[in-house]
Amino acid sequence: MDSLRELYQDVILDHHKRPRNRREMPEASAKASGHNPLCGDRVSVFVKMAGERIDDVSFVGSGCAISQASASMMTDCLKGRTRAEAEQVASAFQRLVTDEHATLPQGDDLVEKLEVFAGVRDFPSRVKCASLAWHALRAALDQPGHTVSTE
Amino acid sequence: MSIDAAHAHAHTPARVKFDVEAARREFPILEERIHERALVYLDNANTTQKPKRVLEALDEFYRHQNANIHRATHQLSERATAAYEGARAKIAEFIGARETGEVVLTKGCTDSLNLVAQSFARPRLKPGDEILVTWLEHHSNIVPWQLIAQITGAKLHVVPIDEDGDLTLEELERHLSARTKIVSVTHISNALGTILPVREIVELAHDRGIPVIVDGAQSAAHTPVDVQDIGCDFFAFSSHKMYGPTGSGALYGKRRWLDEMPPCQGGGDMISTVSFEESTWAPVPHKFEAGTPNIAGVVGFGAAVDFLRQFDLNDVAAHEHDLLEYTTQRFAEVPGLRIIGTAAKKAGVVSFVMDGVHPHDIGTVLDQAGVAIRTGQHCAQPVMDRYGIPATARVSFGLYNTRSEVDAVIPALHEVRKLFG
Repeated sequence: MDSLRELYQDVILDHHKRPRNRREMPEASAKASGHNPLCGDRVSVFVKMAGERIDDVSFVGSGCAISQASASMMTDCLKGRTRAEAEQVASAFQRLVTDEHATLPQGDDLVEKLEVFAGVRDFPSRVKCASLAWHALRAALDQPGHTVSTE
Repeated sequence: MSIDAAHAHAHTPARVKFDVEAARREFPILEERIHERALVYLDNANTTQKPKRVLEALDEFYRHQNANIHRATHQLSERATAAYEGARAKIAEFIGARETGEVVLTKGCTDSLNLVAQSFARPRLKPGDEILVTWLEHHSNIVPWQLIAQITGAKLHVVPIDEDGDLTLEELERHLSARTKIVSVTHISNALGTILPVREIVELAHDRGIPVIVDGAQSAAHTPVDVQDIGCDFFAFSSHKMYGPTGSGALYGKRRWLDEMPPCQGGGDMISTVSFEESTWAPVPHKFEAGTPNIAGVVGFGAAVDFLRQFDLNDVAAHEHDLLEYTTQRFAEVPGLRIIGTAAKKAGVVSFVMDGVHPHDIGTVLDQAGVAIRTGQHCAQPVMDRYGIPATARVSFGLYNTRSEVDAVIPALHEVRKLFG
């Protein structure tokens, strides 16, 4: 089933099986949780800021392969970036998973890696799964301790 | 779709007399192609597909009968009223009500449960009173009770289930107290398929003078329902779960309760006289039917009853039971697959999980193979919490499903295992 391979690309399956940065962060300066009531996906994102820079970012959660892999790849991608850069990547990611003509900004390996989520466009019921961690991240950057829902 | 001989020889052949192929021919949607594959619709606990007879009744209504009901003297209005009230009579007979007036037509089972909570239970409850429900309940048989508990100061008390997703009469009795004023239980669990002994539960409760509400959303289409035999005070069910259109359902209530219950919604049709000083109510059941209803939906609901009356529901139950057993057998071939809900008495519902794979991912892979199942919490978060799982994948049968369709699911489940390791 080719379209399934478009959705469940190897790198996504890898991040699902071996998630990166999957840990609690007691020293976090901000935390936010996301919950997808449709299927039970949960993600909590922890951020430690050093001024405007994201010094460390991690997540915990349970849910489908798409939601957990997205959270994992997000943390890899955003560590060390400024708050403003993180917002930009988050916006670009949201466009990527919803708009069939969208592409990611070039020239940055870790951002380009997120291109694997482009396959989600063909699976509308999975867009919320892919975006969940990113919504939680934005909430953490804006307003610590805030729970978002994808409804 | 015919039985696949290659698979059939390896398993006990079905010995039921229900003619599933004839039933399938009644459902045009079963010809749909999904991602270029044949549709295998196994999400019947969510909603059922509609037979030609129902589709034709809807079309016929709007082409030849449509007008508002109960309020005009012209011919079309008489046709519409006859179609609407005629459907009510069919529905009443279908569940064994003593009289047509004991069936209130609602927007669906959830609407029915809210009506009985607000109109019957709320006036009777005092602070400290208890409403008994079970851990199996769908949100629609939990939240309406929570809402009135908040207002009245009553408390929700919940009967636990065992590891099989079952509960015994002894366990239920242990949870009845002098303060229990209402018992509301599901007939068949949508999440686990557990069939509760509602007749015996009613006996237990009635011995203590406690009225019983039965949530029949999952039972009305799958097993014969006789409210006289069950003895319940109220029985709620939905059209769309029994091969009828959405937006229509019913609440059966014993006449003496319906007579004393105040209306919940006010407006046209539920009144007898109206003035600004005072209004008086229409007799039961119209007292509970404010405004123009989903007339076509009710007519379609009646046509669904006509459809089901062709069959002996015991044969339908046996057919679905065969599918349940066959599925349980074949699912044992899939590595790392665990069935959730293993009560001794189950309806055609198989909830399951697979090691290391989230149900949502199972659902996506199966969808690509043309198979429709539900994944998630099934509007039964407490059940999920009880098993400590975030969600399950659920297969649920309708009378048009076949063993051959179950066979089509197995390769897709192996595909899931291959993809996720």
